[in-house]
Amino acid sequence: MPQRDDLRAAFFEECEDLLAQMGDGLALMSDAADTPELETLHSVFRAVHSIKGGAGAFGLNGLVDFAHAFETVLDLMRSGRLSIGSTGMPTLLRAYDVLSDLVAAARDGVTEPSSMAAILVELDILADGGGADEEDIEFVPVPLDLSLPFASPVEPEPAPLGYMIAFAPSAALYLAGHEPAALLRALVRLGSARVIPDTDEVSPLAAFDPGSTALRWQLELSTCASRDEVDAILDTVSHLADVMIAPLVTHAAGMEEEASTQSRPSLPDQVPSEPGPIASLAMSNSDPVPVMEARVKGMDAAPASPIRGQPEATPVQMPVASTIRVNLDRVDRLINQIGELVIMEAMLSQAITNAQIEDGGDIANGLEGIKNLAASIQESVMSIRAQPLKPVFQRMQRITREAADATGKSVRLQTIGEGNEVDKTVIERLVDPLTHMIRNSVDHGIETAERRRSVGKPAEGLITLSAAHRSGRVIIDITDDGAGIDRARVRQIAEERGLVAPGAHLAPSDIDNLLFMPGFSSKEEVSALSGRGVGLDVVRREIQALGGRVTIQSVPGQGTTFTIALPLTLAVLEGMLIDVGGETMVLPLSSIVETMRPASVQVQYLGRAARMVASRGALIPIIDLAESFGFDPVGPLEQAILIIVEYDADRCVALAVNQIHDQRQVVIKSLEDNYGDVPGISAATILGDGRIALIIDPEEIVQSAAAESLALPHVANG
Amino acid sequence: MKFRILVIDDSPTMRGLVTAALEPAGFEIHQAQDGVNGLDRLAAADPHLVITDINMPRLDGFGVIQGIRTGATNASVPILVLTTEAGGDLKDRARRSGATGWIVKPFDEARLISTINLVLGV
Repeated sequence: MPQRDDLRAAFFEECEDLLAQMGDGLALMSDAADTPELETLHSVFRAVHSIKGGAGAFGLNGLVDFAHAFETVLDLMRSGRLSIGSTGMPTLLRAYDVLSDLVAAARDGVTEPSSMAAILVELDILADGGGADEEDIEFVPVPLDLSLPFASPVEPEPAPLGYMIAFAPSAALYLAGHEPAALLRALVRLGSARVIPDTDEVSPLAAFDPGSTALRWQLELSTCASRDEVDAILDTVSHLADVMIAPLVTHAAGMEEEASTQSRPSLPDQVPSEPGPIASLAMSNSDPVPVMEARVKGMDAAPASPIRGQPEATPVQMPVASTIRVNLDRVDRLINQIGELVIMEAMLSQAITNAQIEDGGDIANGLEGIKNLAASIQESVMSIRAQPLKPVFQRMQRITREAADATGKSVRLQTIGEGNEVDKTVIERLVDPLTHMIRNSVDHGIETAERRRSVGKPAEGLITLSAAHRSGRVIIDITDDGAGIDRARVRQIAEERGLVAPGAHLAPSDIDNLLFMPGFSSKEEVSALSGRGVGLDVVRREIQALGGRVTIQSVPGQGTTFTIALPLTLAVLEGMLIDVGGETMVLPLSSIVETMRPASVQVQYLGRAARMVASRGALIPIIDLAESFGFDPVGPLEQAILIIVEYDADRCVALAVNQIHDQRQVVIKSLEDNYGDVPGISAATILGDGRIALIIDPEEIVQSAAAESLALPHVANG
Repeated sequence: MKFRILVIDDSPTMRGLVTAALEPAGFEIHQAQDGVNGLDRLAAADPHLVITDINMPRLDGFGVIQGIRTGATNASVPILVLTTEAGGDLKDRARRSGATGWIVKPFDEARLISTINLVLGV
């Protein structure tokens, strides 16, 4: 059946979501291991359970067995028969890692991870602590028991108790800053409820007095919570509102007796918050806003309610997560087309200018409108590709755990700002460098527990991974509270490897930056963990390939912070249009520090060819951009413009160009598909007049200039 | 006439599997992604049979069974529980709530269909 393959693919997609849901839940549980929220436990349990169910359907037996063992522990926990405390948490987290691996292994058809057996044993030990029944997994279709009649219930279970609550806030309640909606939500969280706003007293708009309170609510709360719990919520406002609470007798006729005489069933998986048999308006505790049934009379406008009411006639819809899955190709096609639109708009603008049509006329205004529209469409489309950093950050939790295990250290990863959104491609390509940096922080940053204790730090090391948006870029910090960079040692290594001249004058930040030098790390120096033949130089290259920058800051004894600054998108770029030997080219604005027209006194000559410019107390090497692209040299520097660009943390060169034209947003068009990697050029763009302009990669320019032995000192501006 | 079946399961994979098994057999399948949603769709779908999962967010399978049995419409529709759970006490509880039968996942397609036909009296 071909459909089955699609379903299989859908199952693995679902697994991704479920694993993410589990990751969230487990993170919450880690923070409060002794008293995990029941709803969190339920959600983690359901995720494992769904994975097991699907895996069974596709005959993935290894996954089923493991999920079953995992689920058993979670089930014991949620039914209150097992409390694992903080000691069991690492097992659950490792089990989560293994489950992720098993899903991936099943999807890719590779062998199951070897760590599975050990974790299975750990899970069994945990489960035994809760007295798990040795119940075999029963995975054969069970024949149906048809001895039951089809008619309505034989012994319907008693409805959970509930309350009818009338709530009429006074003006003083609002003046005291209370929010009725918040109170109603708190009540609803006790179970499920029908909230009915009473607008009978609300005057028609003409006679409306904003200072008086007329809106009241009735709440049919179906809950197992005690009267005390209900009172506790309303106590805070009881003197500010008329509150009446009456027990809700029943939900369905004919059940009164049972409801009052039978005690609540005490089955193992019965939980206090389990919603009862509520009709179609039932709502759950996770809904952000109560669903309302409003009786609005006499006017169409919504009552002066903090929550918008709905007319009775329209069916009440439950809020459903409104997302769709879209093939990425379609989004990219749209982004390309928007790029074309921006180019067309620029060309049109150029044509209008050429036709000498005056500003302020209909045509110019129309064009302005199109421009604004194109810009906002572009922004919207970009936001489709934007995704939260969360999945990447979540993966780092695991990297931290594994790195901590491998080094025998105790390390916790704290994540901040993971909701910040970045282009999908940036996110994907961020995984490797981040992984490396986290491993690096655990391995080299965080000290051993004994050492930490001896200097008065908590035994558990802390790495903070935080993200924030700042001036059109996303800034990611990786901060550890470790020993900081041992600069004497770094210097010694760098000197041994010939990266710096012995005894060279180096500022502390220069020494820190040596870590990013190619060839700094070597096999004997790095440990088993981060020694995978990858140094921080590779991290820096990867970040730079994304148009980003990475810097380092370290305080001895207090820790080290790596800061990554990334563009939000790889599709457009703020650029400066420059003239290089008669060609129009684009320089990324993000790398430009300043532009200057040098006075002759500022230019100094070193030897035959090398020229430097003095700027702000530093000598900056000059590169003739035209010459480096094989055009005629720019000529006398007095007629050229120098653009000082930062090509590396705190390192600058001055690019000599013929002229600066303009500054604008350009749409990036990759050259690599057609031309391969062109040195010194990162991509191309199409200008308003239809010409193609190449986008310069300043770092590659510097590298090729250095390769031509243009004598670039290592530390130019010390 | 096509028999209508309302499938309530929070796992899209499972709903897909049941649909893939039953649609070719000539049933009209309606889907709901959790208990609350299932009860919401009950009247509109007006099914001849309901198949529900047990572990679901918002409202679980027991809630669904109770909701249907005590609801205003379709109160006597046959309800099959389709779940990975196989515990005797759970089955017992489902039976007392008013479930018609219990099938353990993963299901055998032919068996599922024959069971359904049996329940529907086809």
